[in-house]
Amino acid sequence: MTAVTAATEAPEEIRRSWRDAALGFCRRQPLGTFGLAIVVIAAVAGLSAEWIAPYSPTANDFEVMTQPPSWAHWLGTDQFGRDLLSRIIYGARTALIIGFVSAFVGGFAGLVLGVGSAYFGGKTDLVLQRVMDILMAFPLIIMALAVVAIFGTGVQNVIAAITVPLIPRCARVVRASALSIREVPYIDAARTSGFSHARIILRHMVPNVVAPFLIMLTAFVGQAILAEASLSYLGLGVQEPTPAWGLMLQGGAEEYASTAPWIAIFPGLAIALTVFGFSLFGDALRDAIDPKLRER
Amino acid sequence: MTTPTGWLAAGLSIVLTAALAATPAVAQTIKKGGTLTYMIPADAPPSLDGHKENTFATLHATAPFYSTLISINPDNPSSSTDFVCDLCTEMPKPTDDGKTYTFKIRKGVKFHDGTPLTAADVAKSWQYIAFPPKGVSSAREAYMSMVDKIENPDPETVVFKLKFATSAFLPALADPFAYIYKKDILEKDPAWYEKNVMGSGPFKFVEYETGQSIKGVRNPDYYHEGKPYLDGFTAIFAAKQSVRVDAVRADRAATEFRGVPPSARDELVKELGDKITVQTSDWNCVNLLTPNQKKKPFDDVRVRRALALAIDPWKGAPALSKIATVHTVGGLVFPGSPLAATKEELQKIVGFGTDIEKARAEARKLLKEAGAEGLKFELMNRNVDQPYKFVATWAIDEWSKIGVKVTQRVLPTGPFYEALRNGTFEVAVEFNCQNMVNPLLDVAKVLPRSVYPENYGGYEDPKLIELYNSMLKETDPAKQRAKMREFETYALDTQVVTIMTPWWSRIIAHRSYMKGWKISPSHYLNLNLANIWLDK
Repeated sequence: MTAVTAATEAPEEIRRSWRDAALGFCRRQPLGTFGLAIVVIAAVAGLSAEWIAPYSPTANDFEVMTQPPSWAHWLGTDQFGRDLLSRIIYGARTALIIGFVSAFVGGFAGLVLGVGSAYFGGKTDLVLQRVMDILMAFPLIIMALAVVAIFGTGVQNVIAAITVPLIPRCARVVRASALSIREVPYIDAARTSGFSHARIILRHMVPNVVAPFLIMLTAFVGQAILAEASLSYLGLGVQEPTPAWGLMLQGGAEEYASTAPWIAIFPGLAIALTVFGFSLFGDALRDAIDPKLRER
Repeated sequence: MTTPTGWLAAGLSIVLTAALAATPAVAQTIKKGGTLTYMIPADAPPSLDGHKENTFATLHATAPFYSTLISINPDNPSSSTDFVCDLCTEMPKPTDDGKTYTFKIRKGVKFHDGTPLTAADVAKSWQYIAFPPKGVSSAREAYMSMVDKIENPDPETVVFKLKFATSAFLPALADPFAYIYKKDILEKDPAWYEKNVMGSGPFKFVEYETGQSIKGVRNPDYYHEGKPYLDGFTAIFAAKQSVRVDAVRADRAATEFRGVPPSARDELVKELGDKITVQTSDWNCVNLLTPNQKKKPFDDVRVRRALALAIDPWKGAPALSKIATVHTVGGLVFPGSPLAATKEELQKIVGFGTDIEKARAEARKLLKEAGAEGLKFELMNRNVDQPYKFVATWAIDEWSKIGVKVTQRVLPTGPFYEALRNGTFEVAVEFNCQNMVNPLLDVAKVLPRSVYPENYGGYEDPKLIELYNSMLKETDPAKQRAKMREFETYALDTQVVTIMTPWWSRIIAHRSYMKGWKISPSHYLNLNLANIWLDK
């Protein structure tokens, strides 16, 4: 009986500690909480687009072309008579898929390369870091443009285009943290105990660079969303009729800036708010995780 | 938002500016000098060779550097029969029952390198266009199928001998891509003109920054006396429409010669008033949705038929005309031409019916029969906004109504052509844009590639070729029209080798100080800039 009580109390304690931590985060980081709320809203919109979007995001309706916001179409319609609210809701899915996949793939590849580079050192480190230097010599958008120019447009290629430039950025930061960890006694102890390289890296080094890595991931998601919007705006990203914020902004801003400004304004706001949300959340996460900043 | 008054003002301005444009230029004193800056709405062309290419990007960049044998009358470019000599001395009367045309070539014409241009250069250029040697590509070879021989009996004479008499010959000869190249260069390296420029036209080449700009200066030795009026020109490549419209708005460019959509026209007229002049015309241009029959399931006519049946051009054209440079529902032939199908004739062809629900039900049935239910494919398109991307967005939505899911792949002009030529696409948004309204030759676009090099459908069809040849040789207008109907029905209905979209509508908005230029039904015509002058 006592054992059963103890078993049910333990998860309750864990739940409570998570709740306290979450409430503590909200109290200490109100801006970060606001950012997180934006991210959550965007994520919910993207995940439940089928159920909450009032219209099909791709169906043309020539009866209501370039209609201003109204009760029927809260954010108005575009040049094809498509409901802007529905396209923005579905566009959240495109943005988040591209943002998260690019950030996670780029981030994890960077993590592996960064920690590996730091751990092995020597020629491995030298070669990897020079390759990273070359990749980092190009600004993110230029690198992404080059990748799209080689492989063409489309969601998968856009993800690849954004992922590639993120890898060296992550690898560089992770390597810096991992270099200091490599010198600590327990890593030497693990080596002398005959642990495999994989075990040392994955069990003993990676957990110690997770904090800066997570912070970087949130920043990467925002950067990736912005890069996707930029590529789509340049006509090199996602293509019609896929709902994507940058693409919507491009179509609206180019031809209808003066006659139907809502076509560009709302997707522009969606991009700005979401990137802002990730930025605020990332900053707050850094403050919350970093012990030097936590007590300020 | 635009108020009704605003629209009224815009409409009135258009009428006024169009009226101004129609005013003969001769009423004003021509001013010489100045540099014309205009926009080319494209990325870098695949090459600078007019003989090889079929894109306006090449022509808009290079036409001012070259001469042609004959051309449309720049003062009457809307006419499909008014031809004038460029390098010849007078328009010849055909002899030998309409099968021989003898042209006398101007004396004293010089290439830009100072060497004389003779009939030998003209003959050699046309021989390369009509009968390209192995390894040389000519986009206009098929137009010259009626030509038997091109001879050069003396330094001032070029003789075209035809296999049969046809009214399609002279319009084909006025092709603006048919640049006269230097014989010696062609013989030494036929590919030289792909990357270099050297002609005898009104402007001499100065520099070309790939995909950025091209510049020319006045040719002081130009053979049309007093022309060109400009000191030079700069053409700037800009695929983005907003960039081009902004350039005209800010007077960084006077115009573009391809065409702007209604929204851009309204915007410019509203903001610039009488500083902008608008010229409009029907456009001998149409986008085609061409399935690659070398790829499954597009080798199955039932699938192609289903794709045609899903599209409702009668509802789409009026709506699209408000946002894109398209306007008129039509078949293979330029609407309004005597050889074009009437509305009643069109409605008998698949994809032009009036009961769209019935058509879509039939389309679903055909897809099911072909085992292509839930078909998914990629539509390859060109990175040109107007009207390519608009037409594609419309078509994709129409196809979704029969359960076909389509994604779009957009490529810059160069890779787009490469993919077309290599057949690395499933369905492509391509185009049939011709210069002269010459239906007999214009419809050759749907002939198999073995006959017409710019066909990308991946099919061979002897019957289609036979129908075409029979029509081409027919000289009786009524019989020719009947044969055109047979050809059109076979191509669009029986075989569905391509799917028509609405024909284009050309709107040119240019700075009012640009004078001497008149619109034509083609963005390929009247582009050597020799007649243009700047009133400022």
